[in-house]
Amino acid sequence: MSVAILRQGDYLIASIQGDLTDGQVLALRDDLAERVGHYRARGLIVDVAALDVIDSFVARSLRSIAITAALRGAATVVVGIQPDVAIAMVHFDLDLAPLHAALDLDSAITLLDGHQQGAGEHER
Amino acid sequence: MSDEVAVDIANDADMVPARAQARALALRLGFSRTDATLIATAISEVARNIVVHAGTGRIVMKPLYEQERFGLMVIAADHGPGIQDVDGILQSGYVSPNGLGLGLPGTRRLMDEFEISSEIGTGTTVTLVKWRQRDELEQLRERRRGATQRKG
Repeated sequence: MSVAILRQGDYLIASIQGDLTDGQVLALRDDLAERVGHYRARGLIVDVAALDVIDSFVARSLRSIAITAALRGAATVVVGIQPDVAIAMVHFDLDLAPLHAALDLDSAITLLDGHQQGAGEHER
Repeated sequence: MSDEVAVDIANDADMVPARAQARALALRLGFSRTDATLIATAISEVARNIVVHAGTGRIVMKPLYEQERFGLMVIAADHGPGIQDVDGILQSGYVSPNGLGLGLPGTRRLMDEFEISSEIGTGTTVTLVKWRQRDELEQLRERRRGATQRKG
């Protein structure tokens, strides 16, 4: 499958390399749910910069990746949504929570760091 | 000019080339990158409807040439089971038993024209059109090209 998955500290970074079929999107969701537990990841970053279409199915799959990861203890941030793709996504009445979005990898890591800090304070 | 494109849809892997063909045709017709993305997204939705509800079908993309505007027409046809409640699935928020639903209302908003005809047991045809207005400069250039060609 054309997705590269890397580890960066407590975070997993899944970088989609090109167009995915629906089957590959679902396989990615299952694979990420598994790996979040395996690596005890606290954050998951999904890089979608290579996707030139995000239709309702892919959008809902990204949301379900975020929900699955949340149930496994990790927050999910999508990075690199192309401007044209963002405009197209507005046409679907989508509720993407608990999915977060960031412009690039740096902002995604900052977002996750903040998220972790917030969670830590809450626990205390 | 006949640069009609037809793509047979038999499984989810066929959606990727269908999107690419739609984008290429849109760009040839002078649509902006953003509009090409909207069209490719709409193609993705109708292709998925074919795969999920009918199994197989065909998507035809046709350029429409008018003096003041160019259009891209998409005809997605299948011989699947048909849709019982066409009005219902066009309501925002409708979700079918297999979780699909946002697709068609979204597709309608992505394009300028949207038509659906469906008959139980016969199949479904979705017709979409996206238009691009041609400005006066573009029309003038075309008239000049025409005049030069007639001279030569």
